[in-house]
Amino acid sequence: MNAIEVEQLRKEFKVHKSRSGLVGAFRDLWTRRYATIRAVDGISFAVRQGEIVGYIGENGAGKSTTIKMLTGILTPTSGRIVVNGMNPHKEREKFVRTIGVVFGQRSQLWWDIAVQESFRLLKKVYRVPDEQYRRHMGEVIEMLDIGPLLDKPVRKLSLGQRMRCELAAALIHNPPLLFLDEPTIGLDVLVKLNIRQFLKQLNERYGTTILLTTHDMSDIEALCERVIMLDEGKIIYDGSLGQLKEKWGQGKRISFTFVEEATLVALQELTTGLDVNWKQGEQPNVWVAHVPSGGVPEVVSRVAARYPLQDIHIHEVPTEEIIRNIYQEGAANG
Amino acid sequence: MGKYVEMIRIRFLMMLAYRTNYYTGILIYAINISAYYFLWSAIYGGKSSMQGMSLGQMTTYVAISWLARAFYFNNLDREIAMEIRDGKIATELIRPYSYLGMKAVQGLGEGLFRLFFLSLPGLLVVSLFLPLEFPEHAKTWLSFGLSLLFSFIIFSELNLLAGVVTFFTFRNEGLLRAKRFIIDLFSGLILPLSFYPDWAQQLMAYMPFQAISYIPSMIITESFQGAAVRDGLLLQAAWCVLLWFPIVLLWWVAKKRLVVQGG
Repeated sequence: MNAIEVEQLRKEFKVHKSRSGLVGAFRDLWTRRYATIRAVDGISFAVRQGEIVGYIGENGAGKSTTIKMLTGILTPTSGRIVVNGMNPHKEREKFVRTIGVVFGQRSQLWWDIAVQESFRLLKKVYRVPDEQYRRHMGEVIEMLDIGPLLDKPVRKLSLGQRMRCELAAALIHNPPLLFLDEPTIGLDVLVKLNIRQFLKQLNERYGTTILLTTHDMSDIEALCERVIMLDEGKIIYDGSLGQLKEKWGQGKRISFTFVEEATLVALQELTTGLDVNWKQGEQPNVWVAHVPSGGVPEVVSRVAARYPLQDIHIHEVPTEEIIRNIYQEGAANG
Repeated sequence: MGKYVEMIRIRFLMMLAYRTNYYTGILIYAINISAYYFLWSAIYGGKSSMQGMSLGQMTTYVAISWLARAFYFNNLDREIAMEIRDGKIATELIRPYSYLGMKAVQGLGEGLFRLFFLSLPGLLVVSLFLPLEFPEHAKTWLSFGLSLLFSFIIFSELNLLAGVVTFFTFRNEGLLRAKRFIIDLFSGLILPLSFYPDWAQQLMAYMPFQAISYIPSMIITESFQGAAVRDGLLLQAAWCVLLWFPIVLLWWVAKKRLVVQGG
């Protein structure tokens, strides 16, 4: 069964366009001009139960708008959404009992009171029986290691501590589906690792379906087998992360540190006949060659034979860069 | 039901989170009432009564008006406006409760707290040295209690209405401030309505504001007797029902037009 089904989903916003200057501002008092923006433009996808899906895209690509429609906060302009077998905005109060949501950029806990008071309220709101609460939340609190934080007011917590509490708060009713909107934003590496590990455990133990948006590709690499990539409101890739890398991130990157400065023309001439793309590194004597997988030995031997070298590094194209390339090239369908 | 009681408890905790606020709250109430007492005794001069009210009745009227205000007053309009403006509304809409209903309960929690823990202690302090005259009939107190509940409902409904308008305008601090002054002025909080000119009194009879403060205060000072009490309560009840419709309608439209600000 699918946890999420979306067909031809579209969301349009009417935004007020300001005229420029003082005269323009006065004219705006009388008549306003509006422009229609398509934040989400006819997307379709389905997520199976138990999947962890990364939903990625640049700022303003429509990720958050999609999440807000999937969670019943925003009403779609058109299209069909079925989440957990329900229409989110039509049956909002019943529907939201079956999901958990974390917005990385805003807190759901009460700022001035202790964390456990927020938990207590949410427990009542979701009508979680005492026994279930003790068993399930006991585990969650232990896994996230937030036991010592429970009696502190939220305003005294660090961002990392708060985010772990936010996660726990979203899981009080043990929802089968979890939405995470940039859950690791602004966190240090250790907390990020801790949260990733927790999400994995959650997914394995309870079969929780997770849809997460993030700008941190290492989140995606650590958690998601599948990514959906969004650009200007349209899906430009939907498939496994491995395939994405294979398709867009073929080849290796060799960075040469020369003893003396080298010129682009000379290097290009040296590697004629090979499929090599040279780029200047951070220093004048560093050059990076983008080479198809099989071509590494040939390039290295030619360059090493011609120039004295200080150092050579060979590495794979990082996911971040693959993604950036896809956006820059405007990418066709995956 | 449990979640609403729990929400009232949370509001209590929030009000108690800052101790200084709590103690100064009592003090401010006492100072406020004393200031009004001295103002009115100056206005009365040597006269024993004005507009059928003695100085004692007038002081009681003012003290009770502010006591009542502590209960019915809340900032729901500004809270809603703020939640819409900074996008916090999103985290409210993912909860399995009615947003406006929960807001109203929060207002009730705040009102109960202020009534019992700020204003009543303040009133006790003031009654030690000001000549306040309280009624002895249990029936008056009962009618007053009911009337106060209606006040809270009407005031909160007006606030919810003003708050929901933010869904359409995004910024309406000016409107909210104007609403607050109108309510303080036209509800009879600062001056009993019988002191206004006739044309103003007639105009105000058609507005919901007098049902907020004037009616409960007139009941507790026993300036309303018999049928007048009943009519006052009925008028309040009518406004409670009447104001409900525009809220439901606006909220229904607003939800479709909701834009969550800031990503």
